Amino acid sequence: MVLFMHELRQGRTALLVWTAVIAFLLGICIIIYPSMETQMNEVSGMMANLGGFSEAFGMDKINFGEFKGFFGVECQNVLGLGGAFFASLLGISVLAKEEEKQTAEFLLTHPVSRNSIIFQKLCAVIVQLIILNAAVAVVLAVSVFIIGEHPGGEVALMFFACFLLQTELAVVCFGISAFISRGGFGIGLGTAAVLYFLNIIANLTEDAEFLKYITPFGYAEGAEIIVNGSINIKYLSAGLVFTAAGAAAAFYRYRKKDIC
Amino acid sequence: MDVIKTASLTKYYGKSRGIKQINLAVPEGDFFGFIGPNGAGKSTTIRILMGLISSTEGSAEIFGKDVKRHQEEILSKVGYMPSEAVFYRNMKVKDVIRLSAQLRRINCKTEAERLCERLELDTGKKISELSFGNRKKVSIVCALQHKPQLCVFDEPTSGLDPLMQKEFYSILEERNQEGTTVFLSSHILSEVQKYCRHAAVIREGRLLVTDSITNIAHTGAKRITVRGISDMPELSGIRDVSTDRGTISFLYSGDINILLQVLSGLPLTDVSITDPDLEEIFMHYYTGTEND
Repeated sequence: MVLFMHELRQGRTALLVWTAVIAFLLGICIIIYPSMETQMNEVSGMMANLGGFSEAFGMDKINFGEFKGFFGVECQNVLGLGGAFFASLLGISVLAKEEEKQTAEFLLTHPVSRNSIIFQKLCAVIVQLIILNAAVAVVLAVSVFIIGEHPGGEVALMFFACFLLQTELAVVCFGISAFISRGGFGIGLGTAAVLYFLNIIANLTEDAEFLKYITPFGYAEGAEIIVNGSINIKYLSAGLVFTAAGAAAAFYRYRKKDIC
Repeated sequence: MDVIKTASLTKYYGKSRGIKQINLAVPEGDFFGFIGPNGAGKSTTIRILMGLISSTEGSAEIFGKDVKRHQEEILSKVGYMPSEAVFYRNMKVKDVIRLSAQLRRINCKTEAERLCERLELDTGKKISELSFGNRKKVSIVCALQHKPQLCVFDEPTSGLDPLMQKEFYSILEERNQEGTTVFLSSHILSEVQKYCRHAAVIREGRLLVTDSITNIAHTGAKRITVRGISDMPELSGIRDVSTDRGTISFLYSGDINILLQVLSGLPLTDVSITDPDLEEIFMHYYTGTEND
């Protein structure tokens, strides 16, 4: 567990900054909700008439006048997209950074098997996501308490779905990172952005709905969760398959990889 | 027993050559030099031995065990110092040294402190504040603090000042006397000649010769320096001739009696006959006929 702890220490600052930013934005969103609540009913009506635009973000299906509806769009975007960027950057860099910064030669010539290195690094990634989400959850709970809302299970479910989304992205990027030696930053951000847009496309036309099987933003979408009261199990299952594939790819590739 | 043993070890990077058919044997307790110019394949060979890269063909064993299959076990008994001493930049020296020990699951604080003191390494500094030479020292401590049975050092002295080089070699010699096998690569021949007992010369991915330093240095050729004549004596077996202000110097690999007969008929004011140093022999291997 030495490497695991080392990894947490190395990622401390980045984790702190991302957690602070996401928690701050989410907190702000929730705090301003009461002042917007009255206008939101009008917004809801307006959104329903916006056609494609509101469909793209799932806003045609939910009521902005309710806290959970507001949370499903505004907060989900902050948490979903912010968390997704953090998760993908974390996942893509954790293995590749050793080669990029030339520390791989130091690390890999210690008596620690490659399997153990991958496992400890993967654990560190997931634990960092848990820490971020736990801290954000506390801020969320406090903010909700301050504005006096009593959100139902849907909000918790949306929050949990975002965590699953982040985990999937992080592990898939972790798998990709075993194949590259440097320049993961762009691939990480790109992966998160592309998957986000795939979900928007899937929302726009029924022909593209299959894309929801590919992108984790499919099962994490607030509107769907509010309407169905649950996470779409088919999309989630596909997501779990991608997560497992990401982890398997990392082990398969990194065990044999030539470290230059 | 051979601590390091490779058979037909070959590595291609795509289509380009890494090393070809390397057969290397380093006996236990040896002080072994691995000599060659930059890009000859020294680091490639070492990286295969350390399990960082896989060979294309052939086998590599350390302590009689396959380097890939028993990598973890082998690495626990090996101290490796890479040619580039790179560490986590935001960490302090002492934290890097401790991390290295923790990754080995041992406590060797006393030895680490002793080494830092000898190498005059400030452990309170951050890695990012260190010069290349000081990072090399961190590398030396990480490679030696756990008292390994085998030291594998890739270009260890580059970046170290002469006093530190001397200290470094005296530490290595002490360890060697205690039974540690030392395997180091270098392109600085004088240090190999001074400290190593055996050496292998590698060039363009191929091993040219493996022998004791004494045998490598005694190739039969002599370095002859004469004063008092301006023209080269008529002799066969002469090469590497240089003339400088009345002094003629050349390598001679023919019959020593013929040389003496020829020289005795010349109006010389001075003569010296010495063994060529390794540098000269090395140049001979460098510019030799191998050309594939």
